[in-house]
Amino acid sequence: MYWRRMKDNLAGKSMFLAVAFANSIVLLIAFGLFMKSRPILAKVSILHLLFSSSWSPLNGEFGFFPFIIGTLEVTAIAMVLAIPICLLSAVYLSEYAHRRFRELVRLVVDIMAGIPSVIYGLWGIVVIVPFVRVLGQAFGHATTGYSLLAGGIILAIMISPIIISVSTEVLMAVPMEARETAMALGTTKWEAVKHVILRSSRHGILSAVVLGFTRAFGETIAVLMIVGNVPKVPASIFDPAYPLPALLANNYGEMMSIPLYDSALLLSALILLLVVSGFNLTAHLALLRTERG
Amino acid sequence: MEETFFKGLMIASVATVLALLVGIILVITLRGASSLNLSMLIQTPKGGYYLGKEGGIANAIVGSIYLSLGATLLSFLFGLPIAFALQKEYTGRHLSNITRLALDILWGTPSIVYGAFGFVVMVYFGLRASLLGGIIALTLLMLPIMTRSMEEVIRMIPFELKETSYSLGSTRIETTLKVIFRQALPGITTGILLAFGRGIGDAASVLFTAGYTDYIPRSLSDPVASLPLAVFFQVATPIPEVQQRAYASALILMVIVLLVSIFSRLLGRRFSRYIVR
Repeated sequence: MYWRRMKDNLAGKSMFLAVAFANSIVLLIAFGLFMKSRPILAKVSILHLLFSSSWSPLNGEFGFFPFIIGTLEVTAIAMVLAIPICLLSAVYLSEYAHRRFRELVRLVVDIMAGIPSVIYGLWGIVVIVPFVRVLGQAFGHATTGYSLLAGGIILAIMISPIIISVSTEVLMAVPMEARETAMALGTTKWEAVKHVILRSSRHGILSAVVLGFTRAFGETIAVLMIVGNVPKVPASIFDPAYPLPALLANNYGEMMSIPLYDSALLLSALILLLVVSGFNLTAHLALLRTERG
Repeated sequence: MEETFFKGLMIASVATVLALLVGIILVITLRGASSLNLSMLIQTPKGGYYLGKEGGIANAIVGSIYLSLGATLLSFLFGLPIAFALQKEYTGRHLSNITRLALDILWGTPSIVYGAFGFVVMVYFGLRASLLGGIIALTLLMLPIMTRSMEEVIRMIPFELKETSYSLGSTRIETTLKVIFRQALPGITTGILLAFGRGIGDAASVLFTAGYTDYIPRSLSDPVASLPLAVFFQVATPIPEVQQRAYASALILMVIVLLVSIFSRLLGRRFSRYIVR
């Protein structure tokens, strides 16, 4: 008996350690990256780093502005393309589709979420890049196709699974009574969807969108393969861009040989981590609130 | 009228999503199949491989399997205790909610950040790009995925089952290992395979931590090739034969990922025959 109690005690203590470990990882990553980016922060002010456009590591110039703009624009294009399609799909799946069909689409969405990003990138090279080239010519822009727009399209496809699955779940969580009450008051099904269901699940849908945004913001390989990677603020969506994650991935090899370069790159990793975590945190807190209320 | 319009839009949207998956699988399969052959699968790159000569990508296939198996094992060793610990017998409601949130944040963290952090850790300990480094970075990526999905299943287990076990006089750990573990086994397997599938396809986290080599690693400190990076590097070369091989490599990677996903569904269904409902 004594032995069994002791074992249980021991297990309880190790469980606490496990939980403590899980919580410390986030802090550890942030701390590690912060320590590494301190040399550059000590030398150049953060505002200058964020808003300067001159990028020339050999001369010690690390202006992140083109990269930040590149990241924001490519993400914005992805959101504009993905949000309508995903929300329309989610409403169809939760309100109109047969259960069987919903299960089928859920399977498809799960598989899409599992496809490696390098495959999306390759598919982008084969399909999206030529498409954008033709589109660019039609609009009178000479473009190779490796551009902001191509990156945005591939990102839109990659973030669709998470937006669709989370928002479908949120819509399905709206109680049946809400639909029944609305329709008992004489609304059509569509009016009930528009005025009751979408309205009552707006926080949850916003979280789904924010989760998609964070995925797009940090996606690296697929974007890197088709966005063109030119460190200049793009003038149009047919121009190449250079998002932050791509910068990080492309320059790792040489960063150790140039002073402060590694510090600057790890600072960009820290910025990515902080931005993504911040948005994730808000999305999850909002989801928790909708689950409770 | 408005409803018909929007319903049409909705059906078009769902059709677009379905068509995209079919399109992706079709294009990769068609482009990849033409240059896929047995020597791709079983040979390592020979001299001049990157100029279009003899050889295969066995180094990347084996490397990817080593990397993701190692990381799966590590994540499981850390993840299962965490998933168990989030039960209310061990951890209070507040702390477990915070931990779930922390894991969700980790789940959403871009894999390039794990790659960068893994690199920082390796530099700190004086390691160079190696199998071990890659496994550490991949573990960071896979741990939250595995833990959260196992924990979701454990949380769904009805409390009556635990009460029954406790009323028979068993301790918390006995209940956890003998009742909860069995009951959650289908979910635990699904979680493991889900994380494995994510890990094997991730390129950004192993880019700096695992390196790339034409050989199959013999020890944990050797650099190691991986399938996603094989695709990535081969498509970036100017030589058409080598680019063709990128598609073949992508096909191999996609088949592995799809098989893992199908397998996890089948296994989950099979195991769930043995649980108490």
